[in-house]
Amino acid sequence: MIRSLPRSKTYDWSFNLFIILYFTFLFAPLLVTCVLAFNDSNFPSLPWHGFSLDWFIADGPERIGLFHDDQNLRSIVTSFQTAFFVAILSVIVGTCASFLFEKEEFRFKGVLYFLMLAPLVIPGVILGISLLLAANTAGTFFDETFGLDFDLFRPSFWLVVLGQFSFISTFVTLVVSARLRKFDHSLEEAALNLGATQLGVVWHITLKFLRPAIIGAGAVAFLMSFENFNTTLFLVGSKPTLPINLYLQVRDGSTPVINAVSFMLIVGTSLMALVNLYFTKKEE
Amino acid sequence: MSRSRLAFWIFFAPVIMWLLLLIVLPHLDLLTMSFRGENDYGDPIWTLQNYKNFFTEPVYWLTFVRTALYAIITTFITFLLAMPVSFYIAKLARARAQGALMIMLLLPFWVSELVRIYGWMILLRESGVLNFFMLKLGIIDTPIEMLYNDATMIMGLVYTSMLFMVVPLVSVMESLDDSLIEAAHDLGAGHLTIWRTIILPHCKPGITSGSIVVFMLALGNYLTPNLMGGKNSLWFTEQIYNQFIASFNWNQGSAFGFLLLLLSSLIIWLGLKLTRQKLGEVAS
Repeated sequence: MIRSLPRSKTYDWSFNLFIILYFTFLFAPLLVTCVLAFNDSNFPSLPWHGFSLDWFIADGPERIGLFHDDQNLRSIVTSFQTAFFVAILSVIVGTCASFLFEKEEFRFKGVLYFLMLAPLVIPGVILGISLLLAANTAGTFFDETFGLDFDLFRPSFWLVVLGQFSFISTFVTLVVSARLRKFDHSLEEAALNLGATQLGVVWHITLKFLRPAIIGAGAVAFLMSFENFNTTLFLVGSKPTLPINLYLQVRDGSTPVINAVSFMLIVGTSLMALVNLYFTKKEE
Repeated sequence: MSRSRLAFWIFFAPVIMWLLLLIVLPHLDLLTMSFRGENDYGDPIWTLQNYKNFFTEPVYWLTFVRTALYAIITTFITFLLAMPVSFYIAKLARARAQGALMIMLLLPFWVSELVRIYGWMILLRESGVLNFFMLKLGIIDTPIEMLYNDATMIMGLVYTSMLFMVVPLVSVMESLDDSLIEAAHDLGAGHLTIWRTIILPHCKPGITSGSIVVFMLALGNYLTPNLMGGKNSLWFTEQIYNQFIASFNWNQGSAFGFLLLLLSSLIIWLGLKLTRQKLGEVAS
């Protein structure tokens, strides 16, 4: 049944087979996507026509590789910018939130904690349309009362950042809170006894202790933002992020350039995930 | 220890801004918008028309019921598949293989959902890789279209949300003491009895949190039904998208959005009630 108990050969073999099949199911689509990025063919399908880097480096006129495809390159840059700002913002606010919920006592704390968790159970699409509506309402209000016109209130880069930030902060809060719970309070008390100020203690001692959790949460926030689709779909303006741009291309038919982009994404995220993992392991 | 008011406000201000401006107000706006409409002269009025449309137009409520049912089916299939996988990782795999298996399990989910769906598309479509091999092997004579039907769509939904079931199940199974299973085995209990009386009851918290997340992700998914489902397999999020972006009827779209939010909250609440858990416990 389990490791320490005697098991029949059939039981072991059928279980192993099941696991192999499961991992095939898990990796088949990714593997196929990567392999077909290097096929010397105009369609992302078999038969295999030989190895080619055309879909990465060709610069026309028949084939335009990824590195000469302005539209895809621009969307990659946009995604990086978005993810950067979302990670910074959500790390700051998420850390504040975990301090607030773990260390402070105030009225309506329960209500506020519930609200902080709410984005976990709000579907991304709903979050997107709510923010679109609210931005529109706010835009109309400022326009009619003050005659002011803000870009922020129209589907735009910053609205996407705010939309992603609104739910990614919850994840950061949960990760940082978990680490903060393990913090030894006598360290803080010692520093206070030795004459440190309240904020000085937070800055020099507590934040230092939280650093691995904060960096980890920041990396996760970056990845979550980079691949977000549902919320972004409704808030995106004239500068599409990579997932939105890819979606539009996949919907209208596909070229191996999409495979090339996917290949880069798979390699990039795998590397980032492994680096993140390595550092968490080292920390333990 | 007396805490300074300054520290409290530094933590409190950004958090309240985030929750109030980006979570509470937008959803209140969603609610009010869903009760707004125009009378025959085009003046804005309060109305229940948007909700009336939902109940009188079969397309709308049928899609709604379909989405809910399929999300439940998806959750159940994911659970059935995740259970043996997590059991293998937690209780059967050799200790050294465990870490590697976990990493392999996580990796595909760091890659954007769009890339994963795209991988399935080039595998399954009429000119896809699977058809190519089946033709070569002589299993079929003419290529079959495996995309654009409900079964494939559910497979895609299971695939994209798998991880959120496996991870909580693995962690809850690791906390199960092996000696309990050994004792039951020594006392002559069969596999079925052990599963029914020891493993499943112990895993209940993991099953709940996994199911809630998977259900919510399936319900709010837009990409998978849109790209893998057929013309007739409308998903409710697509209805919302159509109202917002295609018909530009924001009031109707808000009503739909609010109904979807209501449904997901209701089912999550029910799940928590049935297993007597709190949202906070499930989240952490």
